[in-house]
Amino acid sequence: MELNNSKIKIQAKNLNVYYGKKQALFNINLDINQKEVTALIGPSGCGKSTFIRCINRMNDVIDICKVEGSVEIDGAEINEKNVDVVTLREKVGMVFQKPNPFPKSIYDNIAYGPIIHGAAENKDQMDNIVETSLKKAALWDEVKDRLNEPGTSLSGGQQQRLCIARALSVNPEVILMDEPCSALDPIATAKIEELIDDLKKSYTIVIVTHSMAQAVRVSQKTGFFHLGKIIEVDSTDKIFKNPANKMTQDYITGRFG
Amino acid sequence: MTKEQRLKKRYRAEKRFKMYGLISVSLAVIFVLILVQNIFSKGSSAFSRTMIEVAVNYDSSLLELESPINQNSLKDADFYDLAVESLLKIYPAKDSKEERQILRLFSPDYEFEIKDFLIKNPNKIDQIVPVKITASDDIDQLNKGNFPRDLPEDRRRVSNYQLNIYDNLIEKEKIDKKFNNYLFTKGDSRDPELAGIGGSLMGSFFTIIICLILSFPIAIMASIYLEEFAPKNKITDFIEININNLAAVPSIVYGLLGLGILLSVMEFPRSTPLVAGITLSLMTLPRIIIPCRASLKAVPPSIREAALSVGASKFQTVFHHVVPLAMPGTLSGTIIGLAQALGETAPLILIGMVAFVVDIPSSPVDPSASLPVQVYLWSEQAERGFVEKTSATIMMLLGFLIVMNFIAVYLRQKFEKKWN
Repeated sequence: MELNNSKIKIQAKNLNVYYGKKQALFNINLDINQKEVTALIGPSGCGKSTFIRCINRMNDVIDICKVEGSVEIDGAEINEKNVDVVTLREKVGMVFQKPNPFPKSIYDNIAYGPIIHGAAENKDQMDNIVETSLKKAALWDEVKDRLNEPGTSLSGGQQQRLCIARALSVNPEVILMDEPCSALDPIATAKIEELIDDLKKSYTIVIVTHSMAQAVRVSQKTGFFHLGKIIEVDSTDKIFKNPANKMTQDYITGRFG
Repeated sequence: MTKEQRLKKRYRAEKRFKMYGLISVSLAVIFVLILVQNIFSKGSSAFSRTMIEVAVNYDSSLLELESPINQNSLKDADFYDLAVESLLKIYPAKDSKEERQILRLFSPDYEFEIKDFLIKNPNKIDQIVPVKITASDDIDQLNKGNFPRDLPEDRRRVSNYQLNIYDNLIEKEKIDKKFNNYLFTKGDSRDPELAGIGGSLMGSFFTIIICLILSFPIAIMASIYLEEFAPKNKITDFIEININNLAAVPSIVYGLLGLGILLSVMEFPRSTPLVAGITLSLMTLPRIIIPCRASLKAVPPSIREAALSVGASKFQTVFHHVVPLAMPGTLSGTIIGLAQALGETAPLILIGMVAFVVDIPSSPVDPSASLPVQVYLWSEQAERGFVEKTSATIMMLLGFLIVMNFIAVYLRQKFEKKWN
């Protein structure tokens, strides 16, 4: 594989995931580079979301879900019992398909993470964290005068940026995005994409998307999933211009999926 | 069938269905109205009480008072002779039989009412003072128009002689009605005009408080654990099925449990709100757990994921986000469960709350009645005075239930609005 020689941040090796008796992921091997956007594409139900939920162990919540194999972040295994999921999730933030702000004020939405991790010693520091997080998520100018209004009063696109700001508030290294724009209109989508482009300077981003165009626009590397297997991983350029696999070609040209 | 015919048929079916719905709703409303009308027409008269004004001669020589005269000596004094003498003066009597009939115009408590008046107004001693004395149930009902006067004398509870006195007193404007504070301040009594729901109100109050203290925390903790923390396996499935079954168990079975364990084995005091509260909390627990779990389940998983994804622990996720969001549903479920417990009769009868208790309980370990049991007790009595008191008690009970349900609805709406 001809990729640029940037450092590997996340490395999945022989990852198998089962929901009860049904196997959802088969022997996934995937490297995710630091400070880059990696897009995961593929038809619905192919395991993209399951895969990114392995990176912050969100699958632990699902009773019937069993994860086998290894995921390493900075060379440290996360799939071991003694790994503290709280610290892991502090390091690996997540943004979900549907904006899910807490039914609290905009301020409290951002402040919640820093509060539970004890990141701020006083009100000033907390105000500072809230402001920088909202600025990083390009939301500050729109909400700075109404921080006490409920987060649910914002528009869909603003809510999603609020969720991104919430993820940023605990200073993660990795941000996982599970179809962050699927519930948004094109204008809000454009804003989020712009934001992602900006964020990749300081964060490693993994994004699941159904939009080929989005993958092309935001990502440097793309992985194509099908039926729980990785069919092809390569630089986004190569995947979309000259895919090695016939299936990838069919999918990106819209022949199935 | 043409397309038009089919369309017409569909519209007809829709109209028919709407009509069925309308008919059933109006039937329900009519039955409720009949019930309410029935209770109010019977019970409203219980809120007033007939009083007879009597000129009482507070003759200190009849009281055999020790000097100095103060409140204590008045409390110890025997007012019977003084009372009888004053009461008999309202109408001339030929013989002792007629004298007895005169005394029977008044409630048996006339002696104490005359005494209480003097204790409140000690300066009236050796004066003749008009005092209003509670009339007996027969005169009370006669005055309220509940006893027909045109029946032959042997089928009436009021004799011709007593009727004459009554008419005479009416003419002299010595009879009037006042608000019946006895209904709320007195305990049970054999005499309807002296019976009140004060005792059963306190009994019900203590019972519900004990029921709340026991069942609310246990139910909340159990539902949070079962819904959020317990592993989903056969044991939790079994527990869940059993909770649902327990909620459907007839309440009298809990009464048997209370009788068998709390009274027989643990020897708790019989007929007390303590035992009633424990028994009812056993009954209420599953009925609270079910709506609590439902409201926890109704909190969208996205909120849990949001909290977990910023690094909240399971415990923080549940107690910072899920439980507060589920609170309105939880509280209204609890209140409705308690309202059911408040109206419960059968288990209380089994644990002995059906006893005749005159004293108003001052603590949960005093023998006591409760509102629904009081309804049951009084509905068995023959006197007309207890019929109106039964309805009045039902009105109070319904009032409490309506208020509790209203609070439940209010809580749910108010807190749900906040976030939407």
